[in-house]
Amino acid sequence: MNEELWSLLADSFWKILLPGLTMTIPLTVIAFSLALVIAVAMAMIQFANVKVLKQLARFYIWIFRGTPLLVQLFVVFYGLPNVGILIDPFPAAVLVFSLNEGAYCAESIRAALEAVPAGQMEAGYCAGMSYMQIMRRIVLPQAMRTAFPPLSNSLIAMVKDTSLAANITVTEMFMVTQRIVARTYEPLVLYIEVGLIYLLFSTVLTGLQRAGEKRLATHKRRED
Amino acid sequence: MLEIKNIRKSFDGLEVLKGVSFAVEQGDVVAVLGPSGSGKTTLLRCMNFLEAADGGSMIFDGEEFIFGKVSKKEISRLRRKTAFVFQNYNLFLNKTALQNVTEGLVIARKMPKAEAEKIGKRALDKVGMSDRYHYYPDQLSGGQQQRVAIARAIATEPEIIYFDEPTSALDPELTGEVLSVMRQLADEGMTMLVVTHEMGFARNVSSKVMFMEDGTLVEAGSSKEFFANPKEERTKVFLQTVGESGGGEEE
Repeated sequence: MNEELWSLLADSFWKILLPGLTMTIPLTVIAFSLALVIAVAMAMIQFANVKVLKQLARFYIWIFRGTPLLVQLFVVFYGLPNVGILIDPFPAAVLVFSLNEGAYCAESIRAALEAVPAGQMEAGYCAGMSYMQIMRRIVLPQAMRTAFPPLSNSLIAMVKDTSLAANITVTEMFMVTQRIVARTYEPLVLYIEVGLIYLLFSTVLTGLQRAGEKRLATHKRRED
Repeated sequence: MLEIKNIRKSFDGLEVLKGVSFAVEQGDVVAVLGPSGSGKTTLLRCMNFLEAADGGSMIFDGEEFIFGKVSKKEISRLRRKTAFVFQNYNLFLNKTALQNVTEGLVIARKMPKAEAEKIGKRALDKVGMSDRYHYYPDQLSGGQQQRVAIARAIATEPEIIYFDEPTSALDPELTGEVLSVMRQLADEGMTMLVVTHEMGFARNVSSKVMFMEDGTLVEAGSSKEFFANPKEERTKVFLQTVGESGGGEEE
């Protein structure tokens, strides 16, 4: 590689990383936090078998898991203005990503809730605790432990999916890369470069996941 | 202090309890015996509303409750006067031994944490678990877990403790440590209703025995009388097959 290319890579690295720090990460963090709130609510509604609400939860999950993320982004950002709902790019992305991710995470958490032995609930009742007290203090903490690996998986998938937000004019890493490519005509190295930056983010998250799993396992039986 | 009248329960058309009636006085240690499938465990679970009985009533401390017509509020009030020890312990897996004991005090009974811990430690000391306060259930043996479960039960100072085959999941060596804790409770006058296969416990520790079969109460009486002088033919056969001399283990 010639020197010019190297300096292009070095220059663009910071130009791409910056929106990574100001857009990709905030988008991921905000949307995933909201997704978790949605997911816990949806999972608990299904777990508790709340009549009408359960149907609504199933319907929501059906829609958001069954349609492409890109289509959802387009409907919200380009479609809703037709009915007078205009949302700025970033909030639109947060909305779609949290709803989409929430649907997937809801399933992970529901499965984890169902994996908690029924005796935990019964023991809670016998200790005089209410349903919500048992959920909050006993069942959910255990379920979140079980759900941690699949949720981490979803989070890592989401970091990469945020690149789709470029399609609704969010100036995140991928859009910035596209702009540099348009100026410099060096698609190969630049797209590989942005890919590596995504890889860097995912690697950090994978490391955090490992550390998290280790921490959560501290109460588990030691080797015996 | 506790009376059950004509309690009935079916699962999918199968009648598991066919109208059982009995009374428990304060300080009684009642062993509920009978072959598997006789409805013993269901009886116990219905009494604490873990299963919803189809009919019958319960008088607790002079108050009558009709099964099927008890409000959630009343259920949780009743549960706060009782405690339940499960066959497979059911310790809260995300809580330490001490937290398992204090959870019901702090969360359900709104006791200050410091006070609850004092009571919790005392309860754990009593069952010989004073060196395991901060262990998680996964780090304890079955016998130790069951002793923590008993500590959890006594910490709330219940009027009665229901035991559902408390030693059935334990190997013989660990059974002894749990039984001796239960014997100690019995000696202190704790009212206990114990579904068990431990003939030794029924014979030597319990004051009363109830023998159930096929959803009915076949015979009930003082433990001494029951073993020395069984009245029903079915009871005699049962005692013979389990080795009436006692101390033996069924299953």
